[in-house]
Amino acid sequence: MKKRSSILQIRGEIGRGWYLGGVAGTFVIVLALWSAASWGGWVERTFLPTPLQVLEQFGNQIVSPEFWNHVGISISRVSIGFLLACLVGIPIGIFAGTFRFAEAVVLPQSEFIRYMPATAFVPLIMVWAGIGEMAKIWVIFLGCIFQIILMVADNVRSVSGELLQVSYTLGATRRQAIQQVLLRAVMPDLMNTMRMMIGWAWTYLVVAELVAASSGLGFSILKAQRFLNTDVIFVGIITIGLLGLLTDRAFAICHKRFFPWLEGGR
Amino acid sequence: MLSAARITLTDAEPAKLKISGESVSKMYRSKNKQLLALDRVSFQVFENDFVSFVGPSGCGKSTLLRILAGLEEASDGTVLVSGRTIEGPGADRGMVFQSYTLFPWLTVRENIEFGMTLKNVPLFEKRAVSDRFMELVGLTKFAKSFPKELSGGMKQRVAIARALAANPEVLLMDEPFGALDPQTKEAMQTMLVDIWQKEKTTIVFITHDIEEAVFLSERVYVMDPNPGRIRAEIAIPEDIKRHPDGRDAEPFLKLKKQIVSMIGHHHD
Ligand SMILES: Nc1ncnc2c1ncn2[C@@H]1O[C@H](COP(=O)(O)OP(=O)(O)OP(=O)(O)O)[C@@H](O)[C@H]1O
Ligand SMILES: [Mg+2]
Repeated sequence: MKKRSSILQIRGEIGRGWYLGGVAGTFVIVLALWSAASWGGWVERTFLPTPLQVLEQFGNQIVSPEFWNHVGISISRVSIGFLLACLVGIPIGIFAGTFRFAEAVVLPQSEFIRYMPATAFVPLIMVWAGIGEMAKIWVIFLGCIFQIILMVADNVRSVSGELLQVSYTLGATRRQAIQQVLLRAVMPDLMNTMRMMIGWAWTYLVVAELVAASSGLGFSILKAQRFLNTDVIFVGIITIGLLGLLTDRAFAICHKRFFPWLEGGR
Repeated sequence: MLSAARITLTDAEPAKLKISGESVSKMYRSKNKQLLALDRVSFQVFENDFVSFVGPSGCGKSTLLRILAGLEEASDGTVLVSGRTIEGPGADRGMVFQSYTLFPWLTVRENIEFGMTLKNVPLFEKRAVSDRFMELVGLTKFAKSFPKELSGGMKQRVAIARALAANPEVLLMDEPFGALDPQTKEAMQTMLVDIWQKEKTTIVFITHDIEEAVFLSERVYVMDPNPGRIRAEIAIPEDIKRHPDGRDAEPFLKLKKQIVSMIGHHHD
């Protein structure tokens, strides 16, 4: 009785066993459905490979230098595009969240552009930037930067006004209030924003690589599609998923490390 | 009892005026309505004084304090602190808020040192001052703790220490104990009186707890709402402060009752 109620309790703590059980359980169910669909013949093999096929293909790929080449190129594109977007977007976002005038100059425009689908810009970017490396980086950069500006501005605006006021009554100048209160207080949220945005960066990368590339994971997925190698497509998708998971975990661990003072600790 | 040992200004030396408010008004304007939060409020606070403002919710207590802090501007009237007009917030007027406003990324010690850090006070000097204030509020053991590890009462003690460590001429307190349970509240009040005597600071205190105001203050301003006005100024007589029974003493209870009835049914 006690145990059951604790699972359904709002934000109630559950044992580690229950948590891991939940994680493993869903994983097993998905795997079981997939197995049933492929081995059970519900779906044709060419459309849906069996888990074993994918695993085997994964084994093949993981030892091939070409695969690692694709992985390396994709990672470098995402990193460069994302870092550039952060480098430009975060300061702009901070200004927009701090000063009303900067907000007027930046936010309504970003809000508007944000709703234009970045993916629809891909052809235009190809026209402007060609199909070289820069084109892919531009797609990621443009896809991320307006979101980053808006989210960072929002992060900055949600810093408690009372903390700023306290700092003034302790003798802070405007510059000190920005440096020692605003920027310090916004860091955890800023990092969460980056954590979310890097996921988007991967999406835009794949879009760019699907349209115009001769390397990278997106390209390898596209190439596999031409030959109906669905298992290779699966490997590509899962690889991107794993890379995403890795970066996400890395962000989560750093977040804990960097901000031990954070309330709630999640 | 601490309350029995209070220091008061001697008659020989006339008290120096620290803060003076001369028909201070504050009008809040929004699109289509105006709200007179303060209506020609006048008051005086002397050096080493402890003055409280009491009154029902919405009578403009916080507004008044924020004007003194320089966080808000009066619409009319003059406010002088140490003879000068107020030009925005500054380290000469420390403030303790009702809500917990410690910097969560700084430890207790770093929070207390914040004002000195802003002024680039040398480390050894900072350490000495923060040591002293941590001892004063009884938190020496928590020097390295983050605010999230502290209880509400402890947080407010740090906030008081932080304000004092910046060496202000006046300490402004806006219902600093409003969120605390009765036991903690009483302990904090005793501690505050103790600090006030040791540090010889000037304190302006806001509360709607009349008992708190009578216990702490030298003088109490009673306010009325809509618009915020000062209804009465009450000096707390010596015999109440020095009474060995403290808050349970007959004259204490009588004065408290008198103020409560003055505020009438507005009181909450
Ligand atoms: N920024 C503001 N804009 C408009 N009206 C305001 C603003 N701040 C306060 N007021 C109004 O001014 C009046 C006085 O507010 P104030 O916060 O000073 O009251 P208070 O006495 O501190 O009340 P409480 O005991 O609830 O804290 C209230 O009617 C409030 O609605
Ligand atoms: Mg108030």
